[in-house]
Amino acid sequence: MSSTPSGKIRLATVWLSGCSGCHMSFLDLDEQLLELNEHIQLVHGPLVDRKDFPPEVDVVLVEGAVNNEEQKEMAGILREQSRIVVALGDCAVTGNVPAMRNGLPVKNLLESVYPVEGGHEPPGLSSGSEVPRLLPAALPLHAVVPVDVFLPGCPPHARTIGSALKALLKGERVVLEQGMCRFG
Amino acid sequence: MAEVTLTIDNEKVSAREGQNLLQVIREQGIDLPTLCHLDGLSERGGCRLCVVEVEGSSRLAASCVTAVREDMRVTTASDRLLRYRRMLVELLFAERNHVCSVCVMNGNCELQSLATRFGVDHLRYEPLYPRLPTDASHEKYTIDHNRCVLCARCVRVCDEVEGVHTLDIMGRGVSSRIINDLNQPWRASRTCTACGKCVQVCPTGALYIKETLSAHVEKRPDLPRRIVDARKKRVWNS
Repeated sequence: MSSTPSGKIRLATVWLSGCSGCHMSFLDLDEQLLELNEHIQLVHGPLVDRKDFPPEVDVVLVEGAVNNEEQKEMAGILREQSRIVVALGDCAVTGNVPAMRNGLPVKNLLESVYPVEGGHEPPGLSSGSEVPRLLPAALPLHAVVPVDVFLPGCPPHARTIGSALKALLKGERVVLEQGMCRFG
Repeated sequence: MAEVTLTIDNEKVSAREGQNLLQVIREQGIDLPTLCHLDGLSERGGCRLCVVEVEGSSRLAASCVTAVREDMRVTTASDRLLRYRRMLVELLFAERNHVCSVCVMNGNCELQSLATRFGVDHLRYEPLYPRLPTDASHEKYTIDHNRCVLCARCVRVCDEVEGVHTLDIMGRGVSSRIINDLNQPWRASRTCTACGKCVQVCPTGALYIKETLSAHVEKRPDLPRRIVDARKKRVWNS
């Protein structure tokens, strides 16, 4: 697998509704990041100064649940423009903590977060406000777009992320060792 | 007691009449997964994880509630069985809110380790996300229905070992719920002895001692067996 002129894999990361812990775990690859850097080009993510999601991404690591309209749109874009979509961590895999609000009325949630006066509706309740509309429920990524690889864990261990990336770089199927496939 | 001879995974095995299949399978050193079974308690056949194939029957049999028979031919692991067991674990996760990352039993939970064992890396079924209460009214213990798998180990240990039958199950199917007495807050129970056996046998974070921290919980699912055996041997009779 190589799609850049330099023969490097185009890797993107995306941060949806999550705590950034999965990105931290990615950084916990420490010196292995230097090794990875030989083979990948990081083209998008919280660690890259680029706003739009670029085309022709080889692998995208997605942290977080799909919680609002903007994230749902982003999920569609990243799926469209990436060959391999990886659900990174429990929020992307199961909904996890963000999904604990599922079943609670969205209006009550928003009103308790954004104090509004005089019968105005809270931001995020309907489309068109500055705050993206909150979906009725926080969803795992695969409930919105097809996902190719699941890396559970809260966060997934750096070793897990490392071994998955290594397999993907070689063009192999990701098969997690038993201890690596764990919720929580 | 009469001996019976049967075949388990192509090995001839002898067992005593009246034993259940699960006992005999485990005596062979086969690590058949279970969740509702607990040594020392009666069998329930609820979780279905211990299902096996019995030749001549198209239905799978829960080995914990299937008696051994002469000439029985049993298979404990096949693609079909593994597929069903994995499906069962996924359905248990989908039925309630098992948020491992914020659960007191994270790292010590039997449901979590079953998911790891079967390589469950995501749920193929849409989670129900039910709104369920947590009863923290008791002085020492909490019951969080979000994490309950309805294995009824707590119900059985309360009835069969402690002998008070404070706990039971109300409702049917996915609406089933563990209750105290006639669905009273735990604090209001007049039968509960606060012995805590229910907490010790709970495989998940549904029952826990108050103010325990995540990853510091160590339960004692071996308690019923030890107590039942000790009573049989009359070790506490002077």
